[in-house]
This record gives sequence, structure tokens and C-alpha cells, in this order.
Amino acid sequence: MLNKQLLIVGAGPAGLAASIEAKKAGVKDVLVVDINMKPGGQLFKQIHKFFGSSAHRAGVRGMDTGAAMLKEAEELGVEIWLNTACVGFFDERVACIEKGMPDGSKQIVYMKAEKIIIATGGQENVVRFKGWTTPGVMGAGAAQTMINVNKVKPGNKIVMLGTGNVGLIVSYQLMQAGCDVVCLVEAAPGIGGYGVHASKISRAGVPIYTKHTIKEVKGNGPNGRVSEVTIVEIDPKFQHIEGTEKTFEADTVTLAAGLKPVSDLVRLQDIELVFNGPFGGWVPTHNEKMETTCPGIYVAGDTTGVEEANTALEEGRVAGVSAAEALGAISAADAEAWRAEIWTRLDGLRMGPFGEKRAIAKKEVMDAFPGVAEA
Amino acid sequence: MCMRVTDHVILGQDVDPKMIEITVDGQKIPAKEGEPILAALLAQEIMVNRYTVKRNEPRGLFCGIGQCTDCAMIVDGRANVRTCITPAVEGMIVETQYGYGGADDVK
Repeated sequence: MLNKQLLIVGAGPAGLAASIEAKKAGVKDVLVVDINMKPGGQLFKQIHKFFGSSAHRAGVRGMDTGAAMLKEAEELGVEIWLNTACVGFFDERVACIEKGMPDGSKQIVYMKAEKIIIATGGQENVVRFKGWTTPGVMGAGAAQTMINVNKVKPGNKIVMLGTGNVGLIVSYQLMQAGCDVVCLVEAAPGIGGYGVHASKISRAGVPIYTKHTIKEVKGNGPNGRVSEVTIVEIDPKFQHIEGTEKTFEADTVTLAAGLKPVSDLVRLQDIELVFNGPFGGWVPTHNEKMETTCPGIYVAGDTTGVEEANTALEEGRVAGVSAAEALGAISAADAEAWRAEIWTRLDGLRMGPFGEKRAIAKKEVMDAFPGVAEA
Repeated sequence: MCMRVTDHVILGQDVDPKMIEITVDGQKIPAKEGEPILAALLAQEIMVNRYTVKRNEPRGLFCGIGQCTDCAMIVDGRANVRTCITPAVEGMIVETQYGYGGADDVK
């Protein structure tokens, strides 16, 4: 069985930041595993510039933040295993890992990790309407991955469901990739995301139908692919209003209805969870060190509640510092000061009309923390 | 129609990608070396990856990040390979998956 000081599951902004901070704090042996072919999580599909203050890399494209972090992790000697899934844990932090080998095969590896950070990110929500499983109906993030990472269009004529920031930004990026965005559909009475993103859509002449939802998708295209989309107006109780249907020709429907935390690994542990609506569902409770109720297991990023990349990154840093402290690489006082600095930035990211809700949600999750269980 | 984005306003142009060939249900198609198999399929407007076990319904790209398994296909004889997170390699044999992809799961 292999031994590691620190095992980090997930090489997105949270996991990479945790690995960087742990290394900087003097942890020698840091391994990050990720199921994807490339590290960086969803950062490399964020080709737009982020908002915020300069302390939070505002004005920098997500993909450039990803590249910078990756370079730093490599320079610090972080070990990264790609195409690799952490499939579960035994007692005492023994991880079962399906390691991706260079020839494409997989090998089962057992590993005793002194500390573990779970940063498995988030997953898109699904909206169910008649025909939602038709090929061509997909997550907005899936479409974004195809155009911005793989540079291939998922379709030509696209209907977007949802006008949060993901729906708005991905709609615009689909246009940048040369797709025809037919319309955006939003169940709420108003647009969900920032006005600055919505106005880009409006300026392009793409209609946004608020108080509407998708009634049906027909799959009469090649091999049963999406061929047309019918939308319908809804009343304040989200019920269809008969007679208000509009039908569009389209080959793709993208769903941008929020995300939920990927908490599979967390659930396999004896970790206390709490339900939090604004954060997308069941999330692990944790303290200000990002430690869970299970000793030696830390969490960071969207796994602890869906927010955004910069917040995930800062939470990853907290977890990395805390794991380093627990491993004896730095003193408690140094770790405390380091964390205080990061928490100040995190508080800054959770301000304003959009951020305040997240600040309240995070407080609820942390207030529910009953303490770390006896080892 | 090829669905590749060849000249992107922010990402620019691909600098001389290494093109390879893979075989999909007996047809040879081009792929960029190392791109997900799924991307090579989408470039040729191939949207259906598998048919479901009970109702034989088509499924295709849904999450694109290895979570949902809707894009599973038979790759080099192995069933249930998530094509969105599996890189294309020269000469790869890719087949549409029916049901669980075993010998008993016929079209």
C-alpha cells in the first residue's frame, strides 16, 4: 500500500490551490488526483474575464488563472494523477484509487493518506420536460466545454434554458463560436444574472423569454436528434398557460438551471452533512479550517456549496494551510495568521447583492458544525 | 458540415494540430490527437453515443465532464467508456453501445 502525506481529490481551482498552499507551507508529499484528462477543473472553459477587485484577479480570464495555477503547482513539485478516480475510502483514510495509466488502462491502487482534501466540485442541475433525454439536450456547461476547450460546436441552432450568469455567458460564448442562439428562456419574472451579461445578449438581438419554460422537445432530427423546441408561458405557480406556446426550430437545448455539489465521496464518509438551498443541496459542514466532522478530512470549493471559481480557490488555500498545520509543517500560530488573511479575501468575495446570500449560506453551514469527531 | 471552430475571436486559430484517424461504427473519421473521442464525433455531427438498456432510446453528450455516462461507447472492445473524458488515439475502434454493451446486447 502506498503512503501519502496529503491526498487531494479534484484538480480544479480548489484542489490546485490547496496543493499549492500545502507545498508552500512545507508539506513534502502532495498528490492531486482528477478524473479528467486535463487538470484545472472548469477554469479552462471560462474564456471570459472575471469580475471583482484586483485582489481577486478581476479582469483576468478564468483560463489564464488556470494556466498560472497549473504552472505554480508544477514548479512546486505537486504530483498530479489524471484520468484517475478516487472511488472510495476505507477506515483510517485509506483511499481506493483507480489510477489512469499511460497506455489508457486503469490500475487499482490503495493509499494510506495522512490527510485528505475533497474538492470534487459541482454538477449541473437537470430540468425535466417532455423530451428532455433527446440527444441534443445537454448541460450549458457541456456545451461550453465543447466550444471553449475542444473547439467544436455541439450544434448549430440553440435554445438556452436559464438566464443566470452561466446561461447568459454561455449563450454569448456560443455566439462567439459561431452558433445561432435562437432564444433564452427563463421561468422567473426577471433575468437571473448580471445586467452586463444580459445586455450583450440583447444587443445581439437574441430574445429572452422570462416567465416561460420549455414544454416539449421533439427529436425528429438525424438519429433522433432535437428538431424543435416548444416553449410556454407560466403563471406565478409555474404552471403552463395553455395557448401561449411558441415553437422554434433548433437542434440543441442547453440547460443552465444551476448546479449542485458533487458530494459522493463526502457521503461515503462519516461526515455530517447539512441541507442548504442557496448552495445547491446537501453539503458537508465544516469549521474555519475547512475540516469536516471526520478527523483529517477537509473540503473546499463547490463540494461545500456551489459558489464560483475564486471562492473555491480561496477555500482550497484554507484547506491546504490547515492540512499543512495538522501535518506539523507549520505552527498553529502561523497557520492561523495565514488563514485570517485568506478569510478576509473570502469575506470580500461574499459581499454585494449577489454575494451576501452566499455569505449567509456559508454561515449556516459553518454554524451547523458540531466539532471534529474523536479520532 | 464540419462543426469545428477554426478561427475563434478569443482563442485564435489552432496551430497545426496533429490529425489522426479513428474508426466509428466502421467509418473512418479524422480526430485531433488527444482530444476527447466525443469531440471528434461532434465535429462530424455524430450526436448519438449509445442506446438505453430498457427502452432502446438514443443518448448523447449531456454533461461533458465524466459525470453522467450518457456518452458511454465501446472503445477498442471495452464497453461503458465515457467518451467525453477519453482521449482519441490513432487507430482507435469506437462503436455505438447498445444496452450494457455486452455480447447479448444486440441492436
